[in-house]
Order: sequence, then structure tokens, then C-alpha cells
Amino acid sequence: MIRKLVIYILLVVFALFFLMPVYVLLATSFKPLKEVGLVRMWFPPNEFSFDGFVKAFNKLAPNLRNSFILVIPATLLSAVIGSINGYVLSKLKFRGSDFLFALVLFGMFIPYQSVLFPLIRFLQDIGLYGSIWGLVLVHVVYGLPITTLIFRNYYSEVPTELIEAAGIDGAGIFKTYLKVLFPISLPGFVVVVIWQFTNIWNEFLFAVTVTSDPTKQPITVALVNLAGSQVVEWNVQMAGALLAALPTLIVYILLGKYFLRGLLAGSVKG
Amino acid sequence: MSNWNSFARLLKGEFEFVGLRNYLRLFEDPRFQTDLWNTFYFTLFFIAGCLILGIILAVLIDRNLKGSAIFRNIYLFPMALSFVVTGAVWRWIFAPGILPGSPQGMNLLLDLVGLDIFQWKWFTSTTNFLKFNVALIPVIIAAVWQLSGYTMAMYLAGLRGISQDLIEAAEVDGATGWQIFWKIKFPILRPITLSAMIILGHISLKIFDLVYAMTGSGPNNVTDVPAIYMFETTFRANKYATGSAIAMVMLIMVAVVIVPYLFSAFRKEKRI
Repeated sequence: MIRKLVIYILLVVFALFFLMPVYVLLATSFKPLKEVGLVRMWFPPNEFSFDGFVKAFNKLAPNLRNSFILVIPATLLSAVIGSINGYVLSKLKFRGSDFLFALVLFGMFIPYQSVLFPLIRFLQDIGLYGSIWGLVLVHVVYGLPITTLIFRNYYSEVPTELIEAAGIDGAGIFKTYLKVLFPISLPGFVVVVIWQFTNIWNEFLFAVTVTSDPTKQPITVALVNLAGSQVVEWNVQMAGALLAALPTLIVYILLGKYFLRGLLAGSVKG
Repeated sequence: MSNWNSFARLLKGEFEFVGLRNYLRLFEDPRFQTDLWNTFYFTLFFIAGCLILGIILAVLIDRNLKGSAIFRNIYLFPMALSFVVTGAVWRWIFAPGILPGSPQGMNLLLDLVGLDIFQWKWFTSTTNFLKFNVALIPVIIAAVWQLSGYTMAMYLAGLRGISQDLIEAAEVDGATGWQIFWKIKFPILRPITLSAMIILGHISLKIFDLVYAMTGSGPNNVTDVPAIYMFETTFRANKYATGSAIAMVMLIMVAVVIVPYLFSAFRKEKRI
């Protein structure tokens, strides 16, 4: 009994540590500017005000829109291509396929900095530098390692006989994928889509280096720039941070179980 | 934004081969030396923090008391946030204000509870011990806050995989809870610890967004890291040679950690 109590106390203490920034974020973002002053930082607002949110939203709305334009196609494309990769690497093994897979996986860990020069140069050459579509391309390619990994593990549990049977029935490689694997891939897609959505939404370095025009930048870049401007209005800052966090937070709250699976897949053991 | 002329010349082959000169110059650069020390200590304390907090949380959650799923979700939610958001919030929390007289953030909280003797300059402090810049402490706290849920999830998956029979058998033999943890659970968690160290290690070697949004380089580069130096020197100062050299050093550091790990993961998979 006492033991249980001790565990609960510990659970609550740790929860307070994790929720403290959320409290500060909420308390600050709902304060009117005159109350944001230093002294009342740790207290809840005396009067609730949406000023911070209105201001932050007016500034960030175009960037929120950009983020959605970026995230939706990048997520879907990287998921579909990853699924096909996963099929090939798990069911159509060829000489060197394991080595190829290892190389793909290494791509997951390469620091973005070390590819920035060739990447930007390449985007300039194909005329996509500075645009959201350039960023979409970057995220599709950079997403492939993790999406390939998740689908490869997912498909390796599908009995190979199923694939062979389709082959005997005369289905080609691509038809087998469409008729046999794709229809049972929904759980895999859910995990991959959630993972990619979260990661691409939250990414900053590619976003800030590929897009330099403020009207084309995604939300993460705009949020950092918001902090750099003149006097820091903390209520606007915190409201902006909340707006930037909201889409991924909602996904996490609704579909946390699948998020967790993507997270654990990233630690490679499968 | 950037001037690409020198870079375009480079691509056309109009450059002079300088061997390792850029690298030698880089390693003599005091700012880069500070960066390497910062990375070393940041990695050390960040990994240690995530592992210790992660395993404590996992063991607590694993007791499966009522409501533990809610606590698990609370501990894990920072993983869904952007480093940029985390940086913005923790910057507000640790901003020191003006001491004495006009404290802010944590210093204000310490003031309110009467512990103002513990006030200090947090991420603007220029004190260091054995090259460890204490200004890194708030950044490490923010990073541990964000990623310890991840190690918790990894440990939890490991603990859930331990067969209940094994534990019951040990209990029948009279083993205490403490013995069961150290003799049965801990050895099983060891490979997970290694995986976690490698994943967290490679995150910390290339960390950028969090530090950039939270503190930047700080006074005297006390919170500077290679990724920030690379970013500023390349995209603000157009020094591509230095920028590339830093990027390559980062790539090598990450590869040293990751390549053996991938190899061993593959060998294990083949054996099964």
C-alpha cells in the first residue's frame, strides 16, 4: 500500500516536470501584453486574453499554410515509395540487396549539414531552390530510409508463399505489389504517415536553408524569426509556439500508439 | 541570401587544392575547440540524463498501476514537438533576467520561494569547470526533457518482453524485487541501453535546432556547437571552405558511432 503510494508520488512528480513547460506556455500565451511583464510569469493570467493568439496567427498563418503544403505531399510520396522499396528489399532479394539496404539505412543518420552544399546546388540546377516544392523533394528523399525500414520490417512478416502464389498465377512484380501487398499495408501506412508528418512538420535546418523568402518558409522557421524581431512579446512567442506545435500534438494525442511504433522502428532493431 | 560565386567556381573545377589546410586551420580555431568540448560534455550529460530518467520512468510505468498509461503519454509527448518549439519555451523558462533586482524565469521562481541564493545566470553564464561550460546545463535539461520519453519507451518495450514465468519462478525461489531487477531485468536491458546510447549520441553530435532556437552561440560561445558554427559561417559569412570542413568533421563523428552499430545489427539479423 505504502509502496503504491510512493510510486504514485514519483509518477506525479515526474509528470510535473514534463508538464511545467506546458503550463508556462499556456499561462503566458493567454495573458494580455501588459500582464506578460516579468513579475507574474509563474502565475495564471488574471484576465484571459486572445491577443497573443490573434497576433501570432496573423503573422504565422501563411507559414502554417506553407507547412501543410509541404507536409502532405512529402509524407504521402515518401510513404508510397518507401512501401515499394520495402517490398523489393524484403521479398525480391537480389545480389547485394542487404548491402543496399544498409546504405539506405545509413542515410537515416547522415547529418543534414554534410549534404547541404550539393543539395542546394542541385536544387538550383533543377530550378526548385527557394520553393516549397524543392523542400518537398528533399523531404521525400530524406524520408526514404525510415519509411523503407518500417515497410521492410512490416512486409517481412507476410508469408513469402503469398508472393510466390501470385507469381505462379501470372502476376508481374508490380501487379503482385498492388494486388497482394498494398491492400494489407494500411497499418504500415498509418505508422509511416504519422512518423513522417511529425518529422517533416518539425524540421528546421533544411527549411531555413532551402527557403529564404519569408512568405515561402514553413512554420518552424517563422517561429524562430518571430523571436528575433525587436522586443520579444512573450505572449505572442508562446502563442506562436503553441500554434506550431498543435498539429503534431493533436496527431500524437489521437494516434499516439502508432507514433510509438514509428519511434521504436527508428531504433533499427525492428 | 548567399553569394554562390565562389561555390560555383569550385564546381567548375576552378579551385586550388589545399590538402588538409582547411581542417588544420579549423582544429586550431578556438571557437571550434570550444565547440568540440561543448559537444563532448553535452553528449555525456545528455545521454546519462536520458538513460537514467528513462529507466526510472520505465520501471515506474511497468508496475502497471491504474492510470499508468496516462503518465506514459505525458512522459512521451515532448517527442512529438519540434526542437524549435522546445527551444522557444525553455528559453523563456531559463532566461535569467537582470540580477540582482529584476530576475526572470527560473530565477524569479527561486525568488518567489525564497531560494534566491541559488540564482545564477543560467545559459548566459561564462563559468566553466574543466572546459565544461555550465551554461550548457539549461540546454541539457531541455534536451533530456524532450528525449527521455524515447529511452523510456525503448526500456518499456524491453521490460514488457520479459516473460512473466521467469519472474514468477524467481519469486518462488525467494528473490526480492531488487534482486529480480538486477539479476533478471537489467541484463536483458543492456543491449537496449547500447542502442539508446548510439541513437542519442548521434542526435547530440549533430544537434542544431534546439540550441539555435534556445540560446544560439551564447556569450564567448559558451553554448556553441559545431552545427551552429557551420550554419553561421556558411550561410551568414559565406565561408564555404570552413563550413564544409565542419560538416565533414560532423559526418565522420556520426559515422564512427553509427557504422559499427549498423553492421552489428545486420549480423544479428542474419544469424536469426
